[in-house]
Amino acid sequence: MTKFIDLTLSGISSGAIYAAVALALVLIWRSTRVVNFAQGAMLMFTTFIASAVITSGGSYVLGFAVALAAGFVLGALVERTVVRPVENARPLNAVILTLGLYTLIVAIAGMIWGNTPRSFPAAFSLRGYKVGGTTLLFTPNDTFIVLVVIAVAAALAFLFRGTSLGLRMRGAAFAPEVARLLGVRVGRMLTLGWALAATVGSLAGVLVAPSVFLGPNSFDPILIIGFVAAVLGGLDSPPGAVVGGIVLGLALSYVSGYEGSSLVPLAALVILVIVLMFRPTGLFSATKERRV
Amino acid sequence: MKPLAVFRGSTLLRSLAIVVVAGVVLLLVSDSLSSYRNLQLAYGGYYFCVLAGLTVLAGSSGQISLGQGAFMAVGAYTFSKLNATPVAWSVFPSLVGAVVATVLIGIPVGAAASRLRGPYLAGATLAFAVGLPALADKFPAFLGGENGLIVNPPTSPSWLGSSFPLERWEAWIACGGALVVVFVLYNLTHSAVGRSWRAVRDDEIAASLSGLRVGRRQTLAFVVSAACAGLGGGLLAVVTQIASPGAFPLQLSLTLLAGAVIGGLGSLVGALWGAAVLVFLPNWTTDLANSFSLSGNVSHNLPIAIYGLVLIAAMLVWPSGIQGGVRAAGSALRPAIAGRGRRAAASPEAEAGLGAGAGAGAGASEDEEVTGERAR
Repeated sequence: MTKFIDLTLSGISSGAIYAAVALALVLIWRSTRVVNFAQGAMLMFTTFIASAVITSGGSYVLGFAVALAAGFVLGALVERTVVRPVENARPLNAVILTLGLYTLIVAIAGMIWGNTPRSFPAAFSLRGYKVGGTTLLFTPNDTFIVLVVIAVAAALAFLFRGTSLGLRMRGAAFAPEVARLLGVRVGRMLTLGWALAATVGSLAGVLVAPSVFLGPNSFDPILIIGFVAAVLGGLDSPPGAVVGGIVLGLALSYVSGYEGSSLVPLAALVILVIVLMFRPTGLFSATKERRV
Repeated sequence: MKPLAVFRGSTLLRSLAIVVVAGVVLLLVSDSLSSYRNLQLAYGGYYFCVLAGLTVLAGSSGQISLGQGAFMAVGAYTFSKLNATPVAWSVFPSLVGAVVATVLIGIPVGAAASRLRGPYLAGATLAFAVGLPALADKFPAFLGGENGLIVNPPTSPSWLGSSFPLERWEAWIACGGALVVVFVLYNLTHSAVGRSWRAVRDDEIAASLSGLRVGRRQTLAFVVSAACAGLGGGLLAVVTQIASPGAFPLQLSLTLLAGAVIGGLGSLVGALWGAAVLVFLPNWTTDLANSFSLSGNVSHNLPIAIYGLVLIAAMLVWPSGIQGGVRAAGSALRPAIAGRGRRAAASPEAEAGLGAGAGAGAGASEDEEVTGERAR
């Protein structure tokens, strides 16, 4: 029973991180109908930048801020330079392009920082809370992760629903022609969408790095799981991405705890296939019908 | 022209002729190569098997698979288990076993894949590529954990002499596998099956209205490409003499995709170019890094960076790959050559000359139809 509680708690904290990655994928899918398979590499790169800032004497907060800023710039840069031409091409082109981007960023990170994983500091203590006599598998750092992700999700919800910028971004994504006629700078909104998404992604990278170590390929499973979480939530619904991330975090935590961590990516694949077979629009999709 | 007409008419004879000619050329080439070059030839052989399967999948049936590395792992592990002591089959039955095992795993994966499109298919096969090799950790006693399984080097038959170099024998095995793949895929793509794949690729609704079972056709294409990858994986186990999870990272699957795109999706000749690039590029970049005295980190990652750049550049400016470039150059030159031939021909031969030109044109257009421009 203690084990079950522990797994549930650690599932919530890893689920929060999956939710953040899923949010990054969903934001990009909503704005440009591209699944950004380079997201894992982009958040790896910005986390390396944070690590470089921290090891050269900067504080954790400074490293965190630099990572977010780098993510914003990287996202905008990527959209404006290479993604823009394939946005209206066949979906396969965008897939191959973002995979190429993934490959390139991983290689560049390997060139700069080497392929040996390194440790990354956590914001808060990694010792579990003590309740009664037992130590729970939930740390102050996990609390920090969950709170940050909730804050980000709330901020995004406010941006899209409560501000005129969010309205323009939604307009640019769903009815680009109409939005353009009404004076919205559609291209700029799409770039902003990518930049925001990459910022959320780099946030996830900094949050997860203490528990997986930091290397060019460390975040591959997280990208896969984030993608599954996004599909679980319907791929174009931010609340769906958050719920999908938490649900998947719990499910994979149980798989990992009871069957071993090597099965986690395969379990994610099985969940993905089952969801796509029986509910291809995801659990929270806004659209009624869609080809998967 | 008459004897050649037979080959033009029969796909089977044409493919046999291609395989025999290629086989003889490979034998002669391999005989004059050093051990190291023969080893490279063997690498090229197994890369070709996988790339040919991938290029037919992407080019003919319009699907994408990022899981070819995982299918290679299935082939390599099956080969290692069958070739090792409790079963102790010799190389060729073990390779057949590797293909059979990959087909058995490919069928459910392909059935699931046939229901997915675009980014969903890519994401699912990506998860397959990341998830499957991790299974080796789950069953360390059976699959050898992180260290993997060791494969005994293949012994060449006694009639080749005792001093026959191991690398040459490995090259022969790998190239033999590649020739089998050429034979099977050439006949498949030029048959009703290949036509049905292209029909499904170009318009699913029209294809299903014409009575094609779209899902089954796509599953078949997926399983065929998985079988090629399984054979390639088995050959990899023969050549490198090890099957370990570290040999099949996600990067391998992406490298294979890059190889197929570089060569040109949809064409078997393109797969040949792609295999050559995958074999030689790491060497070139290592030499390059050495001559500029770059650090180990840089030279180790340079090939991967180039694959990434090529994937991006190919999608932005040059989606038809090397073979597309070769074909464009060929069709630019052809009218000039044909025109010269016509002028040179005296009146009695003029008709024959025109016939040859038309024949070449027909051959080219058929080729074009096979490959399609699916990268776009």
